[in-house]
Parts: sequence; C-alpha cells; structure tokens
Amino acid sequence: MKTNISYERYQRQVILKGFGEAGQQKLLQAKVLVIGAGGLGCPALQYLAAAGVGTIGIVDDDVISLSNLHRQVLYATDDIGYSKVEVAVSKLWRLNPEVRINPYKIRLENSNALGILKQYDWVIDGTDNFASRYMINDACFLLNKPLIYGAVSQYEGQVTIFNPHPLKGNERGVNYRDLFPTPPKDGEVLNCAEAGVLGVLPGIIGTMQAAEAIKLITGIGTPLINKLLTYNVLTNEIYEVDLTASASGKELLPKTEAAFLAMSYKDECRAKQSSVVEIDAEEFNKLRKKTSSVVIDVREKGELPLITNFDHQQIPMSVFKESVLNIKADTIILFCQHGVRSLHAAKMVHDVFGTSKEVYSLKGGVVKWGDKLGVRILNHRDREHTE
Amino acid sequence: MQIRIKIFGQLTDIIHNTELTLSGMTDTDSVLNELNGRYPALVNAKYIVAVDKQAISGNTILKEGSAVALLPPFSGG
Repeated sequence: MKTNISYERYQRQVILKGFGEAGQQKLLQAKVLVIGAGGLGCPALQYLAAAGVGTIGIVDDDVISLSNLHRQVLYATDDIGYSKVEVAVSKLWRLNPEVRINPYKIRLENSNALGILKQYDWVIDGTDNFASRYMINDACFLLNKPLIYGAVSQYEGQVTIFNPHPLKGNERGVNYRDLFPTPPKDGEVLNCAEAGVLGVLPGIIGTMQAAEAIKLITGIGTPLINKLLTYNVLTNEIYEVDLTASASGKELLPKTEAAFLAMSYKDECRAKQSSVVEIDAEEFNKLRKKTSSVVIDVREKGELPLITNFDHQQIPMSVFKESVLNIKADTIILFCQHGVRSLHAAKMVHDVFGTSKEVYSLKGGVVKWGDKLGVRILNHRDREHTE
Repeated sequence: MQIRIKIFGQLTDIIHNTELTLSGMTDTDSVLNELNGRYPALVNAKYIVAVDKQAISGNTILKEGSAVALLPPFSGG
C-alpha cells in the first residue's frame, strides 16, 4: 500500500541515489519501537520522526529530571517533573505530525513486553540497565525482531544489530547472549548515574542507532550486522569487531513465550554475595570499636560537617585509588556525606584486596548517622537554623 | 613476539591504560593469564576478547603484530 503524502518534507533524502521515493515509502510504512526515551532514545526518536518513520512506539515510565537535560535534548528545563513519554509525544508531533506516535507510559516487563513488541517490526534499545537489555534481547530473539542495540559508558559507546534479517547465505544472526551469555551482576558495571557520561556521546550513539534502523528499513548501505562498533569520543577512534554466534549463548535464551514469561531478569542481575556491606548507624558504632578496624572519611578536605565524634583517618576520593594499598587494617569502614562515595570507595578496596579484608560503607553517610543517633554534628542545617 | 592489547570501557579503570604491549605471548590464554596476574581485579570482570577484530570464544594462537581487544559490556543509555 502506497502512502499518499507530499514529499517536500523528505525531499533532501528522496533525491539521494539509492534512497528515492521507494526508500521513503518503506520508512512511512515502517513500525519502530524505541524502548527508553533517555540519552539514546531522544536523538533516535527525533531523527526517526523527522525521517518519516510511519509508526513510532515509545516506552518509558520515567519523569524528566534536571540531571537528564545535559544529554536528553528533546526535553527543556520547564519539562522537569513531567512524563518523558508525554513530553516526547508532544514534541515529536510538532516536529512531524505526519507520523503516528504510540506512547507507552509503562516499565517494560516480561508480562507486557511481547504484546507491545509484536506490534512493531524493528526495536531500538535505549535502556540504561542490564535487566531490561537482556529482557529486550530475549524477546526480540523469540519474536525474530531485529534489535538495534546501543549503549554508552563515560566516553565510549557501542552499537550493533541483533537478530538481523534477512541474512545472506548461511549467515546466522547474533544476539546479546552470544557476546555475554549472562548479565553482569548489579554494581559490576557502573551505569551513567554512577560512572558519568559526556552528554554528547549518547547523542552520537542514539543517532547511529537511528541511522542503522533507517538503513535496515530502506535496505541501503552496510548495516552493523554481526559487527560490534565501539566509538570513543575522546580519540574519535571507531573499532569494529566481527561477532559470531555461540552455542552457550543460545542455550540460555528462552525458546517459548511461556519460558520468556518465567524468566527473572532482575534476579539474574542481582549480586549473589557482595563482599561490600552497607551498614547502618548502629552497626557502624559497633564495628568501629573493633581493634582490627579502621574508619576512613573519603570526603574531600574541608567538607563539612567536621567529624570529631570518633577516631578516623581521612583519604579523600580524589586520591583514594592510589592510597588503597596503604590501608593495613583487616576491617575497613568507610564513610562520606551520604554514603554514595564511600560505597564506590568500598568497591575499590574490594577490587584490590578481594575477600582478604572486610569492607563496610556507612549507608546514608554521616548525615544519616547524626540524625539516627541524635548526635549533634555541625552541619549546614544547624547553620540555617541559627541564621 | 609483540602483541598489542587494546582496552575498552571501564576495564581501563582496572588496567589504567587504553593500550599495552606485551612480548613473549603465543596465544590468548597466555595474554589473559599475564593480565590477570598484573591486574587481579580483571579476574572477575566480564568482557569479550577479540583477536585482530574478530571475537573469539576459546584460546587462539597469536601472530607477530596481533591486536587483542578486551571489550566489556556497557549498560548506560
């Protein structure tokens, strides 16, 4: 069925050799599902809508927050607090009212994934966690949907296409489990919130995902089939690795819808027994009295409140990595303001010493410790009260 | 025999480098044993190994000038 529309909007790509009206018709009839309307999803959505992909689904249950805006450029400061899917729909509709946008303001789960994915021909993964990525991979494998995968970390990004079709000759498509049969455990690989990401990077990788989708749909060029592309924004290096299907990866895939529904993706990612233990205020007070223990403040010099309530050393995060080997005690108790940095530091200690030392991080930091025990420490709020 | 090692993603936090050169290595197992010895945190890390831009699943013989890449999974979006 040929869609009747004016080609003026798409004129610059329709005149391309190899693209033409036929390419535009293919886009207009395509149905693409974008899962995650974040750093990768935003640019992918913008280019897919602008290019005239006829039907676009967007899945995301999150709301826009200030820390999203340095990379999620579909959203503006006055969108903070609003649903990503709702804001994305209204902005994309203004960009191109000729395309149909289907919003799904939900979190993709085993129970709803197959029903949604079945309505689309192509899937773009723009999620930010391994549980979702493995679930989407398995669902796409089960339903034989090409999956355009993209992911970022700090200054590097990856793009590839899983379950591609049609394939040439005896080619076999790969899926995520061919690369990494099982997901890393929680905390094993840091996400953007923990490790950071240069804002423009997901812009580049998400745009590459949109480009791969357009190439697959229109049949132009050489898409990243059985090739994992890694891009480094600092060096501009692009490194492409050829991938092959593995037997062990295939075994772990659910083979039926019932098997898919029974999968527990979150549990697959849950760390079995972390040697880094988060402790509350009372446990902290008990442990710090052990003779073999050392208490370490990982905040930077000069951070308030100053702690005079118990003995401790100071090793700021900025020099923590190079100082880890100097820690001699067998029980190491770390704290910071809110317990985030000390947890990272604890993981660093664990990376170096493994299970040979017990490592603890004070959950909620000194702020919560003070609140919980009613211990008066000089902090910002004290000063506010007295001003 | 000189072998170039290319390190990607958060593995650079363990190896503190994006590239290394090792000599006296004949296959990927000897490369990984050497790296695990030098960087104990690598033992528990997840990554795929590629030799001359081809992902491998078992021990692979290297030749002069081969590049071995260690590519970890990324989760961010």
